[in-house]
Amino acid sequence: MFERWVHSQVTLGLAQAMVVCALALAVAWLGHLRKLELGRETLVALVRGLLQMLAIGLVLVWLLKGPAWWSVPALVAMCATAARMAQRKVKSVPHSYWLCLRAIGTGSAVVIVTMGLMHVIAYKATALVPLGSMIVAGSMNTCSQVLERFASDLKLNAGRVEAALALGASSSEAALPYARNSTNAALIPSLNSLRSLGIVWIPGFAAGMLLAGSDPVYTAIYQFIVIAMLYAASGLTALVAASGYEQTAFEEERLVAQR
Amino acid sequence: MAAGGRVGLSRAAQPWHSAANAAVPMTVLTETNEIARGDSAKAGRRILLQAEALRREAGGRIIVREASFALTAGEVVAITGPSGAGKSSLLRLLNRLDAPSAGRVLLAGADSAALDVHELRRRVGMVMQQANLFPGTVAQNVGYGPALRGVELNADEVEELLGTVGLAGYARRDVAALSGGEAQRISLARTLANRPQVLLLDEPTSALDDAAKLVVEEALRAAMAQMAGACLIVTHDAAQAARLAQRTLLMQGGLLRDGPEEHAPGGPSV
Repeated sequence: MFERWVHSQVTLGLAQAMVVCALALAVAWLGHLRKLELGRETLVALVRGLLQMLAIGLVLVWLLKGPAWWSVPALVAMCATAARMAQRKVKSVPHSYWLCLRAIGTGSAVVIVTMGLMHVIAYKATALVPLGSMIVAGSMNTCSQVLERFASDLKLNAGRVEAALALGASSSEAALPYARNSTNAALIPSLNSLRSLGIVWIPGFAAGMLLAGSDPVYTAIYQFIVIAMLYAASGLTALVAASGYEQTAFEEERLVAQR
Repeated sequence: MAAGGRVGLSRAAQPWHSAANAAVPMTVLTETNEIARGDSAKAGRRILLQAEALRREAGGRIIVREASFALTAGEVVAITGPSGAGKSSLLRLLNRLDAPSAGRVLLAGADSAALDVHELRRRVGMVMQQANLFPGTVAQNVGYGPALRGVELNADEVEELLGTVGLAGYARRDVAALSGGEAQRISLARTLANRPQVLLLDEPTSALDDAAKLVVEEALRAAMAQMAGACLIVTHDAAQAARLAQRTLLMQGGLLRDGPEEHAPGGPSV
């Protein structure tokens, strides 16, 4: 409907973004009415998201035309930013930024490099940046979920953890149920994506590949590879994050976190 | 607890008479300035646990001030005092759930800092204020400690431990369905399953009503009656201390000192 009044594509996009923002804010208002307190975070996230995407749109024009190696510092910067965002949920954890950076960096780097070596991701900026960013974003979500859940479960179950330690359990044995719960919970979205692939949803890039003339069967296999790749990155991130948090939560087989 | 519910422990499940106990070096208390020296110590009984000038500082506060005492084999000692006196903090230093800022703990003459911490915690068992049972069945909880070192308790051994705390026949029950008193007794059986040489009890009945408290005390007495080891109970209830222990130490403001009197009559016979 905007096309009647707006002729510039950018202005059209901004107008459409405003409508979507209004819808999201309406949802936040409903949340506020039910005392769920979504308002402030939603507003900040919307404004940030829009500004960031405008900025990245300008950077992408420059980045995607450049040599492939420009993708490397771009992805490193994305990991650093993702670690900062994930860390906000677990500020009370000592060295939480480095813990998040290690988890997100490891999960993302291992998968991106492996997929690059197998030519699943082409060594060019137009492939490395968008696919890499999907992997980093998935790892970031997993990392913050693992740490938040693990930290809160350890706090809630400090008595049980200490009871296990008092019976001679190692810190890993005492924390195992909570490490398991947090990693399982954080991986539910990735697992659901794998399970529902092709049935409940078809990733957007598949449509692009089909429109570009790719073989439909190869497109289907490629979809699976990308989603499995996201799961692998999230899984590795979850393991590194859980193991890293465990190291900070215990000291010489004593629970020191948030007791 | 019905007396008939108690059965003697088999050799495999006996908590207080392990062969390992006989092998550990014996130390005879000879110091004259120990505040916690009792008649049994004077008689030259083997010291199982000895704290030397234990100190704990945290958050800029001194929680435990140079606490020294000794527990001899077969002895039950209570530590009483008001809330915040440092009683529980002192107990946590004994099995290294917390690290002392200074001082040391000797277990059967050996510096506990030099022992493997898992081994120390098996030998110095602890029952906490809350039962803190793990989700699952009673049998899974009782078998948790032995399972950590690859030992699986058989059904008879589990039953014997449950019998000691007056809960024979509870093995298959879900712990979520237990009352507070039952849960605390299962917690005691779970600790006994490790066959500890020293049993630490951190206000084990403070979260229970009077009826449940008496039942748990009965279970504690049953466990203590079988012990060749020692038992240290922290309680803010002086009457309970008199009922369970042979002597009492007082703790206030982090300082540990002799109790008002030694009270063998109410304590278990050893």
